[in-house]
Amino acid sequence: MTNLLFKHDLISIKELDLASLELIFSTAEKIKLNPVHAILNDKIIAHCFFEASTRTRLSFETAALKLGAKNIGFANAESLSLKKGESLQDTIRMMDEYADLIIIRHPLEGAAAFAAIVAEHPVINAGDGANQHPSQAIIDLFSMRECQNKINGLAIALVGDLKYARTIHSLCQACSLFDIRLYLVAPELLALPNDICDMLKKRGVRFSYHHSLEEVISKIDILYMTRIQEERFNSDPSLMHETFILTPSMLTYAKPNLKILHPLPRIKELPVEIDESAHAYYFQQAKNGVVVRQALLSLILNESIL
Amino acid sequence: MNKTLSVAAIEYGTVIDHITAGQALRIVQLLSLQASKDKITIGMHLLSKRFGLKDIIKIENRILTENEANEIVVFAPLATINVIHDFKVNKKISTHLPVIMKKIFICKNPKCITQVEKIESLFSIIQEGKQIKLTCHFCEKIFNRDEIKAS
Repeated sequence: MTNLLFKHDLISIKELDLASLELIFSTAEKIKLNPVHAILNDKIIAHCFFEASTRTRLSFETAALKLGAKNIGFANAESLSLKKGESLQDTIRMMDEYADLIIIRHPLEGAAAFAAIVAEHPVINAGDGANQHPSQAIIDLFSMRECQNKINGLAIALVGDLKYARTIHSLCQACSLFDIRLYLVAPELLALPNDICDMLKKRGVRFSYHHSLEEVISKIDILYMTRIQEERFNSDPSLMHETFILTPSMLTYAKPNLKILHPLPRIKELPVEIDESAHAYYFQQAKNGVVVRQALLSLILNESIL
Repeated sequence: MNKTLSVAAIEYGTVIDHITAGQALRIVQLLSLQASKDKITIGMHLLSKRFGLKDIIKIENRILTENEANEIVVFAPLATINVIHDFKVNKKISTHLPVIMKKIFICKNPKCITQVEKIESLFSIIQEGKQIKLTCHFCEKIFNRDEIKAS
């Protein structure tokens, strides 16, 4: 089997085909069953977070450390020469001199694609504005596959802020590679962008629009909750919360195999009372973040497959 | 009624005919004709049997390349591009929609990195029915051609 990811950037989920996704899944599965160490001993990974992040940054750093790589980078733009007006181009050029791989999160859309043009070393997009978050989409699919033993044939509800949640945009594109039925549950103001709906139609993905969780809860295998992206939202987001909060009583109508995913952090949409439910799977999903990112780092930096 | 040519014939060069009415100046800009020393004749909103109205551009002493001709298709999908020798059509340049276009369009997404960094724009181009759609390589936003400005 050829390693299709070796020395490649990961900027948009659109760049991945089914074979690449399967390779990432199988590598992550192997790492989960038999942890590997020290395969990236001689590598330095730059974590360039121009926008705050907890889970993504720490899970990438943890993944790198577990594989023996060394981490450099920054956790926000405050401490940078950027404050002095340095361009992204110059920052990336400098990091490219220091590191073997660059992981970038940036508030502007397309920043990772731009970094990939500037850098000679591979670049991983850890989120660019409201555009893409490909590694999260891979973690989501890996978690669905793990908890349902399949991806094809699943009925999935995407709930909450479908307009600004970049993880939703990447996940929809990834879902279009599989035979998946989507239920889009969002207020009109936060509906899935038209270009993504058009893409789903073109690729033959079945989907429908809904305005409440109750409409879909009995039909689905995966309930994918998202928070309102208040930092990207100009109107009053408090208006949106009530209709899209999951309550324990709603779960009485759920199929026994239903699992709840959430990319975290959560706000009000996913109350802590749900944590004890057998349907909750979001902490396992967060834990999968490390193994999937280990798989990505090892495949991009090592030609050989584990 | 006397039949006269709205735009004078040329001896040698390129004639771009059947341009979608109103698009001639965009093509002038695309080919940087305003900056060249070539003699240019532009006709706009001329009567056309096929289209009702059309634009036309005649460029003396310059033969367009295939790439230049293809880029014109983005603005005028039905344009015919003829090479003229001795006042006669010597060759018709066959065209197809280019897959990508660099530097020409400006992304209108205010949150696109191209608004901040010095980057050459890059769009991929597809035709959907009568619509020509452009996708920004950087922010992945999709626009109808008429929605976005050319630089």
